[in-house]
Amino acid sequence: MYGRYCSSIVSSAENPVSRRSRKQQLESKMAGADGDDSLYPIAVLIDELRNEDVQLRLNSIKKLSTIALALGVERTRTELLPFLTDTIYDEDEVLLALAEQLGSFTALVGGPDFVYCLLPPLESLATVEETVVRDKAVESLRKISHEHSPVDLEVHFEPLVKRLASGDWFTSRTSACGLFSVCYPRVSSTVKAEIRQHFRTLCSDDTPMVRRAAASKLGEFAKVLELDYVKSDIIPLFTTLASDEQDSVRLLAVEACVSIAQLLPQEDLEALVMPTLRQAAEDKSWRVRYMVADKFSELQKAVGPEITKNDLVPAFQNLLKDCEAEVRAAAANKVKEFCENLPDDSKENIIMSHILPCVKELVSDTNQHVKSALASVIMGLSTILGKDDTIEHLLPLFLAQLKDECPEVRLNIISNLDCVNEVIGIRQLSQSLLPAIVELAEDAKWRVRLAIIEYMPLLAGQLGVEFFDEKLNSLCMAWLVDHVYAIREAATCNLMKLVEKFGAEWAQNTIVPKVVAMANDPNYLHRMTTLFCINALSEACGQDITTKQMLPIVLKMSGDQVANVRFNVAKSLQKIGPVLESTALQAEVKPVLEKLATDQDMDVKYFAQEAISVLALA
Amino acid sequence: MLLVEDGLGICVVHLSLSLSLSLSLSLSGAGGGGNDVQWCFSQVKGAIDDDVAEADIISTVEFNHSGELLATGDKGGRVVIFQQEPENKSQPQCRGEYNVYSTFQSHEPEFDYLKSLEIEEKINKIRWLPQKNAAQFLLSTNDKTIKLWKISERDKRPEGYNLKEEDGRYRDPTTVTTLRVPVFRPMDLMVEASPRRVFANAHTYHINSISVNSDYETYLSADDLRVNLWHLEITDRSFNIVDIKPANMEELTEVITATEFHPNQCNTFVYSSSKGTIRLCDMRESALCDKHSKLFEEPEDPSNRSFFSEIISSISDVKFSHNGRYMMTRDYLSVKIWDLNMESRPVETYQVHEYLRSKLCSLYENDCIFDKFECCWNGNDSVVMTGSYNNFFRMFDRGQKKDVTLEASRESSKPRAVLKPRKVSAGGKRKKDEISVDSLDFNKKILHTAWHPQENIIAVATTNNLYIFQDKLN
Repeated sequence: MYGRYCSSIVSSAENPVSRRSRKQQLESKMAGADGDDSLYPIAVLIDELRNEDVQLRLNSIKKLSTIALALGVERTRTELLPFLTDTIYDEDEVLLALAEQLGSFTALVGGPDFVYCLLPPLESLATVEETVVRDKAVESLRKISHEHSPVDLEVHFEPLVKRLASGDWFTSRTSACGLFSVCYPRVSSTVKAEIRQHFRTLCSDDTPMVRRAAASKLGEFAKVLELDYVKSDIIPLFTTLASDEQDSVRLLAVEACVSIAQLLPQEDLEALVMPTLRQAAEDKSWRVRYMVADKFSELQKAVGPEITKNDLVPAFQNLLKDCEAEVRAAAANKVKEFCENLPDDSKENIIMSHILPCVKELVSDTNQHVKSALASVIMGLSTILGKDDTIEHLLPLFLAQLKDECPEVRLNIISNLDCVNEVIGIRQLSQSLLPAIVELAEDAKWRVRLAIIEYMPLLAGQLGVEFFDEKLNSLCMAWLVDHVYAIREAATCNLMKLVEKFGAEWAQNTIVPKVVAMANDPNYLHRMTTLFCINALSEACGQDITTKQMLPIVLKMSGDQVANVRFNVAKSLQKIGPVLESTALQAEVKPVLEKLATDQDMDVKYFAQEAISVLALA
Repeated sequence: MLLVEDGLGICVVHLSLSLSLSLSLSLSGAGGGGNDVQWCFSQVKGAIDDDVAEADIISTVEFNHSGELLATGDKGGRVVIFQQEPENKSQPQCRGEYNVYSTFQSHEPEFDYLKSLEIEEKINKIRWLPQKNAAQFLLSTNDKTIKLWKISERDKRPEGYNLKEEDGRYRDPTTVTTLRVPVFRPMDLMVEASPRRVFANAHTYHINSISVNSDYETYLSADDLRVNLWHLEITDRSFNIVDIKPANMEELTEVITATEFHPNQCNTFVYSSSKGTIRLCDMRESALCDKHSKLFEEPEDPSNRSFFSEIISSISDVKFSHNGRYMMTRDYLSVKIWDLNMESRPVETYQVHEYLRSKLCSLYENDCIFDKFECCWNGNDSVVMTGSYNNFFRMFDRGQKKDVTLEASRESSKPRAVLKPRKVSAGGKRKKDEISVDSLDFNKKILHTAWHPQENIIAVATTNNLYIFQDKLN
């Protein structure tokens, strides 16, 4: 539909006669048709652009294309866009939607020839104080920049960039930073020189906001520059930003470092990039070092294997030993990736002699976040090192972490067992694994218990049914009577996943009897757990087991003295109804539901009636 | 700082200065005098009657970075913003007056049901953000919740509906034959204050300070035991950077009283404590700033030791100088200026009302000893100002080592009336023009003052009035 309107609009723009006639048509139709006409909804939409209610305004803005279609390209350009340009007082969400809409408005203003008409509203949106709105306006400006002809780009777009870049307020200058890279490739060399000059100016702006914006766009801008200018312009800017007095600026230069390093030939890296990178890795501010640690894999790929061997390995060792825990944690997170990406010829040597000693220290770090970051990746090293080294060097670390005092560390190890399983098989670990799991399963914090429950299906798959039945099954059943509801709920869900893994027959022998037995528990909460389990298991267990083993229990519980149990019976019957044999449904379920529908408790009645109507038993 | 250029004016001031200086030196030993500025009355805001409504008590005063706007907060949770009118060409001696620009209810009284605690609406602090576009932004806080407000002007409004008249009457839809797009038309200037962000649930104790970082994107908030760091755009999390809460609250010996970011080093902030120490922290060193990098502390003078020593050494305010080289602290009896490069003692100490030292006992009994006086720098860091009792406020000229006591009162509030320096006799024989310590009104206290960032214009909050004084231009 949208495409059809577009084509009709483009053609009407080319041919004013047809447009006028269409308008006359519309008007005559309107006058004749008692107001119930196609103009009416549009009129409502336009009026709602200034409704008191934000939601209605938002709604109208989101249908801006409909309004523009109805107005036609000329009125959109001369009336709607000027109105929108002044609409910058609105709520953020409305402005955000507007900024987004304008990015795909080109056809609605008359195609690429008139795309410059969209610049004024986007320019005013690019100066508002809300970052999300500004960013969206910049995104839309970048999008429509490609629809400008080279001439329009120089006549309309580039002047806008200059205006923003030399604006009084830093909001406009920050927005300008994101626009240089899109116009640079398509303008004449004189304009290119001007753009480079503007970018240089913004890199040394008084306000840190603007320098940050410039620093964050440095890499992107470098990519569109000619290599000579990268060396002559970008490198000095990069060096200056990387030694800015504000650490919030310096840390952004680290990101730029990745893009710049990719652009330069290998032989220039040492002279142009490495001094700055070395300095950043040893910056006085932990936030800058954190950034280096966080971007380490990207940096490693950008600078190539030789520099990695000579420079990055010692730098990485230092980061792993950093005095700030945040930095160590960020570096620990990168251990696996860093090792994976080491050059093949020296990979094993570097890991064994340089990285592993640091990793060993981190296992007994004083900070639990560092340990848990390491625990989430350390298992990945086993695939790189192979079976023998894993058993000799890594296994003791895994075992130590499985005994760590912090539950998150243990959880992270358990959640990544699959990597080790492939290399050495899980049996090597099972001796230590079991006590760790049992301890987590009984942790005083329910969130920890919840986390370990979620890994149960995975563990069950890796350890096999035999081991599971022997060691873990009792835990899974114990969770069903946990005193925290969230745990009981997760435990029922866990049973369902286990049944999906091990099959209905296993369920029938191991799970169902225990679940069914709970129906006689004196605690009504446990009796309800039976019902919840049945809800979860019925589908996985199939018709036969559900009808023969579970249904009788549910039906029997309909006489429970606690109303909560009774209405859950009604809900359960509704849930398992589709799985049951239809004869059982009619013969057994229907009478019970009918009886419950006359229960004296209001809720029981309600849910029984609901079940009757859903199961179509009435 | 603008100096008085008129020869006569200087002459007069100097005469009175030297007179008071010699008098006080010979009689009481306390320094007298003032800076080379003749302060005169400009405006007073607030109700005149003596009957003060609790909600009207001013709780904070703050100029914005250009000085064009002046914000006050009160115990009723309101923020009032005054704007300086453009200078009047016909009356050059009368610089732009401050008139109400916007008033809004920033905080409402609340009740914390979980802790059974009432949360007052009182505005504890206001801080302006550096201007980022045509609108102005400020942070205001009560005991628990910090809010970011946008104050913007609107001078256009859209006109023209399709389906109704401008006054709201609906048109017959059948008469709508063409679509009308609304048009913006000029209208009377309207100032709107809108809440943009609410930073809540991060403080267990009462927030005593907020301070915006020079990186323009973060700010800190401090309560009695913790300092939190926020991003101005993120409301659902903050980072705890200082926590002095002992594991056992019975071991609690000191609390945080004030906190401020360095004006241009984004990584540096200081916090003062009830023990009279100031700790400077460097956020580059680690994520948690529990370990300070500098501790500013003056050794106690054993001869002055008394039961009240600890209470009066508690720091009620700390402010960096505009150039970032010094910081000023206010304790109960004095103002101290510290050089950031010297931790062992302050470089300057000024006695605010030393004559109260003998009255500490009664000030303890009426709780005045716990009053939290604030202090401020003038635009070029050459003069500092702080408040006292009896609606007196004090200025100390650092270069000339002169000080002056002035009074904010209705009596002297005639337009451009020059403020007469006040003197308090420390006991013994009372000179003419001197006020006896015993006749000071301790209910009239000036806790909050602010100095225009560039000019000699000051805002002084008495209980429920805001006085604006400026230097006499001719």
